[in-house]
Amino acid sequence: MEVGIKLGTQNVEQIRANEMEQKIEKNIEDTTNIEDKTPPYAKFKVPNPVVEINDLNLYYGTKQALKNIYMDIPKNKATAFIGPSGCGKSTLLRCFNRLNDLVDGAKVEGELLIDGEDIYDPSIDITELRKRVGMVFQKSNPFPKSIYENVAYGARISGENKKSVLDEIVEKSLKGAALWNEVCDRLDESALGMSGGQMQRLCIARAIAVEPEVLLMDEPCSALDPIATGKIEDLITQLKESYTIVIVTHNMQQASRVSDFTAFMYLGEMIEYDTTETIFLNPNKKQTEDYVSGKFG
Amino acid sequence: MNKFWKNGDPFVWLTGVALMFSLLMIAGLIGLIMVKGLGFFWPTGVTEFELSNGTKVMGEVTAREQIKGISGKSDTEEAKYRTQLKIGNRDLYGLDFRWIDDDQIVAQSGPKYAVVMERREWGNFYGFIKEITEDGNATCQGNEECWSKLEEDIPVYAGIFDEIRKIEKGDIGGINREIENYRLKIRGVELKGGDASQIKQYEEKIALEEEKYKAKEKELEVLYQEFTKEKIIITSIDGREKEMALGNVVLAFRPNAMSWLQKAGLYVQRAWGFVSEEPREANTEGGVFPAIFGTIMMVLLMSIVVLPFGVLAALYLSEYAKQGTMVRIVRICVNNLAGVPSIVFGVFAVGFFIYGIGASIDSFFFAESLPNPTFGTGGILWASLTLALLTVPVVIVATEEGLAAVSQEIRHGSLALGATKFETTWKIVIPSAMPAILTGLILAIARATGEVAPLMITGVVKLAPQLPVDGYFPYVHLERKFMHLGFHIYDVGFQSPNVEAAKPMVFTTALLLILIVIALNLTAIVIRNRLKKKYTTSAV
Repeated sequence: MEVGIKLGTQNVEQIRANEMEQKIEKNIEDTTNIEDKTPPYAKFKVPNPVVEINDLNLYYGTKQALKNIYMDIPKNKATAFIGPSGCGKSTLLRCFNRLNDLVDGAKVEGELLIDGEDIYDPSIDITELRKRVGMVFQKSNPFPKSIYENVAYGARISGENKKSVLDEIVEKSLKGAALWNEVCDRLDESALGMSGGQMQRLCIARAIAVEPEVLLMDEPCSALDPIATGKIEDLITQLKESYTIVIVTHNMQQASRVSDFTAFMYLGEMIEYDTTETIFLNPNKKQTEDYVSGKFG
Repeated sequence: MNKFWKNGDPFVWLTGVALMFSLLMIAGLIGLIMVKGLGFFWPTGVTEFELSNGTKVMGEVTAREQIKGISGKSDTEEAKYRTQLKIGNRDLYGLDFRWIDDDQIVAQSGPKYAVVMERREWGNFYGFIKEITEDGNATCQGNEECWSKLEEDIPVYAGIFDEIRKIEKGDIGGINREIENYRLKIRGVELKGGDASQIKQYEEKIALEEEKYKAKEKELEVLYQEFTKEKIIITSIDGREKEMALGNVVLAFRPNAMSWLQKAGLYVQRAWGFVSEEPREANTEGGVFPAIFGTIMMVLLMSIVVLPFGVLAALYLSEYAKQGTMVRIVRICVNNLAGVPSIVFGVFAVGFFIYGIGASIDSFFFAESLPNPTFGTGGILWASLTLALLTVPVVIVATEEGLAAVSQEIRHGSLALGATKFETTWKIVIPSAMPAILTGLILAIARATGEVAPLMITGVVKLAPQLPVDGYFPYVHLERKFMHLGFHIYDVGFQSPNVEAAKPMVFTTALLLILIVIALNLTAIVIRNRLKKKYTTSAV
């Protein structure tokens, strides 16, 4: 038995080594002949793609967190990333606005195009990119300022200081985040005095105040109660008419409720990407089926 | 028994006792200073003692104690006491205080007409008014008649005295400053090689100023004559007479004839005099206004320097520097700097600020007044910088803690909106850390206000002739020496020629110093709490 196990592990190591070699060879091919590269799987065709990801790899130091991601994100639709913890869905999301740059030792390879422009090109202005790609975080993070100043922050750092313009932006964004009626009479109060759900909607208002093309949401409801979650989900359904939404979620019901397309990720790989209906009702891969039916994860 | 120890009750008791002990010590200290310090202004009654040898003494009772070494001899002998009397009249007796054994006292009374006079020189006088004369002719006689005249006259003479001071300090001081200015300009021209016509011009101007000076001097002479016009003749309890200018009396009161309300009024008057007047008689009498002013100004100057300096250093350390061994070493050094004895900072400041930077400033900008140093000697600027150096680690440590407490999510939230790192730091991180920064400043202020040792060698003096701020260009004179409450306590209590008389001053000054520390801290705490309310969660 022992010998067998040892042989087995040896075999696995050998297979891994072979894979590595192949990968290196493939990488060399990639760099030598970019035009010719072909995805390891058929790239799912979506209508009207605004984000295109080709062969994206991300490393934290020597650990690879994202492996050969190929995907397109459709415009004005909600796309959900699902998968067990640590599968890389948040990491992938943070590639969209280059927030991974803040992590020491993070290295990105491959291309990520937004409107056909490679955002990892050295000539890209990161602050401009982040104005185009808004983000809502898992834990609501309003600034320690008034409600008004929270929403106006993005416009202010873009150099807008006219009171009338800011007023308009604040009102429009708060209405867009379905928060206006609740806070219109206390805009000058601290944002930190709001309820959890309100804070999260404030963060959404703050993100849409700069009118981004893409809105990233990293588990936006994981810290909220069901009622607040319901409000945010309604909001997402409304928002996707004007914004491209990418949402990471642990909650599969949520994914099925709000998203049009769903990507299932596992261990840094994109296992399956299709319409939400297909993923949840008729997945192609066994792993996807197991995950959405609750057999693992 | 085992359970008794295990459930921790004795430990809870121990913690409670420790806390109570600390509180008691603080309360005891504050209580002692309050009682001794606040009692100083209360007009105590004047007591007259008739002694067994037939003489009489009069004064304020200041202490009473058992005579040691007598009562212990045998059990039959009763304990004996003696009383300390402040008899004043230093010009007559030479001593302010006298101990009287109880068995010498034959009779004791509180004469109604006994007057206490605070004088501009020679300290208090205890006695009776005989008459007031003008140009040698008596205008009134006896206690009752003269008292009302005295009460009327004192404010008049105070006005004249103020005028004299104003001319001496303000006008003549200004003229002297001008003359000195021209003299320095002449010297400057001479140093550069000399333009005789220019020198002559300045000399003419000096002559002009000297004319003005003579005019002022005449004015002063008239005032002085008026000031000494009326004389008051007073008699002490043992019958000795003393004649002095009425203007010499600062304050007179008859404690034995005063109602409780009058005493309260006098109390307020004396307390106000203490904080608003300049010291007299080698600091043992009068007020401490210059010391209060110096202390507050020095602390404010220090705050202005230490706050930006410490915050910027902390920002670099925790936001921009690459975290590693080097930063860790720097942090340890900063922390250790907070533990360096303050006198070491003082010595460093003398070498670096005064003899280094100050001397260089002098040789570049004030060459004409050399060898008299301008910045090359102790002054309020150097003292403030020394304290800033002393307290900068406190601010750095507090700021770093505040910065570390600003959550990563908030920073990412700002960055995700397209803010640069600088904008995020400036608009989000620093405001969020502001309460912590101000806590650091509060600690720094508390430490700096109480510090004396380094100041003694960097610019504090026993008696500063001028405040560091006045009405003459450039209005704020950072090179001037200044007075400080902490040093004032030391000077009055331990360097004074008349320690016994100055003892109450020590307590009052100490109380004042504590009050100022509390006031400065409270201000900072109020500001901090306002910011906290603005920047932190009130309800979730």
